[in-house]
Amino acid sequence: MNSRLINWFKFSSPATFYPLAGRLIPIFSVLAIVLIGVGLYMSFFVAPTDYKQGEGYRIIFVHVPAAWMSMFIYLIMAFWAALGLVFNTRLSGMMTRALAPTGAIFAFLALWTGAFWGKPMWGTWWVWDARLTSELILLFLYFGYLALQGAIDDTRRADRAGALLVLVGVVNIPIIYYSVRWWNTLHQGASISMDNGSTMAATMLWTMLIMALGFWAYTIAVALARVRSIILEREADTTWVSELAEVRR
Amino acid sequence: MSVAEFFDMGGYALYVWGSFGVSALLMVLEPIMLRSHRRAVLQRIARIIRIKAGEKV
Amino acid sequence: MKARHKRLGFLVAGLAGLGLASWLVFNALDSNLSYFFSPSDVVQNKAPTDHVYRLGGMVQNGSLERGQELTVRFLVTDTANTVKVAYTGILPDLFAEGQGVIAQGRMGADGVFIADEVLAKHDENYMPPEVADALDKAHKGAPDGVANK
Repeated sequence: MNSRLINWFKFSSPATFYPLAGRLIPIFSVLAIVLIGVGLYMSFFVAPTDYKQGEGYRIIFVHVPAAWMSMFIYLIMAFWAALGLVFNTRLSGMMTRALAPTGAIFAFLALWTGAFWGKPMWGTWWVWDARLTSELILLFLYFGYLALQGAIDDTRRADRAGALLVLVGVVNIPIIYYSVRWWNTLHQGASISMDNGSTMAATMLWTMLIMALGFWAYTIAVALARVRSIILEREADTTWVSELAEVRR
Repeated sequence: MSVAEFFDMGGYALYVWGSFGVSALLMVLEPIMLRSHRRAVLQRIARIIRIKAGEKV
Repeated sequence: MKARHKRLGFLVAGLAGLGLASWLVFNALDSNLSYFFSPSDVVQNKAPTDHVYRLGGMVQNGSLERGQELTVRFLVTDTANTVKVAYTGILPDLFAEGQGVIAQGRMGADGVFIADEVLAKHDENYMPPEVADALDKAHKGAPDGVANK
């Protein structure tokens, strides 16, 4: 085995991942605060008014980042779920578990801010078009995963069942993304895409990207913090936990 | 933009502040709840260690 | 090593099976997942004749007639075909000629679509008013996008 392989597996042990995560949290927290701070300032004082939606379009600066994160987090969960099922490592299940609540919150926010945006612009809080329905399904998948975790006592079985649910649901992600292209929807098409560039004025685009990066940094900080608590709970019986400075009072 | 205009958001006040407000609320509550959960876990572990140490005597 | 490879194999096979199943399901549901019919669909008799459905397109420039009280009549077009629509009620703020619209209702006997709900559909373009004005001057009267790219 070459040394690169060995290093990865070293960090797949909760005991070594715990301090690493602890060192990363402050970095990503600061990054999140700065990026979101700058992003919020730009959202209200730098990005111009929209020719059609006036000041109302500014909701885009939380709606799109939240929606992106809700999908991205689910994909990361699927990655850890697959890893856990194949390699049987404990940390994989912990990471999946750590990401879920944040993903659920962003899915909820995508739907909530979307409803508050739809009411003045479309004329309705909700429609059952493909985009909105598939995002709602995503929220249900998050809830389903969390419910499953709560219902199964044995952590190994809970992790495995949860991982299977996550992987079954991952087909929903491309559906959400391509829904506006595959079917007639009320929801408009993508403002940013890999092939077509963007349909937003530059300042608006930058503001949205900065907010998205801020949400991403926030997610990493929160997920790392949560996984540390999960590690503590699940590894409570080990010597290394009992010897932690924060435990020895 | 005056302060009043800022809060009014061109007539879209309810929708803009309803969105940003709830987002801010949840993204502040989540880390706070994480912190208190961590504290509870640490206290529980410390208590168990003390109990076990007491049993050894 | 062997156990891990077996698990990986099962995982890949499971995901492939799931992908296939999903593809089959969505192929079957495909047209039903669309939120609206286009005017061309209606003209080609692909839209229901006897129950409620949604008609989506663009409000044809110059077609809007405001009748008594809150009654309006307009034409919905997808540039290839048009459908007459009649609606009584409050219209969304973004409803305008040359803008996207989705009307829910049913086709009347006289070929007029009687709508009970009208929603405005907007596109994914965002820009300040100055830029919009400059674009307007550049392509005079270019319609607002309704079909998703």
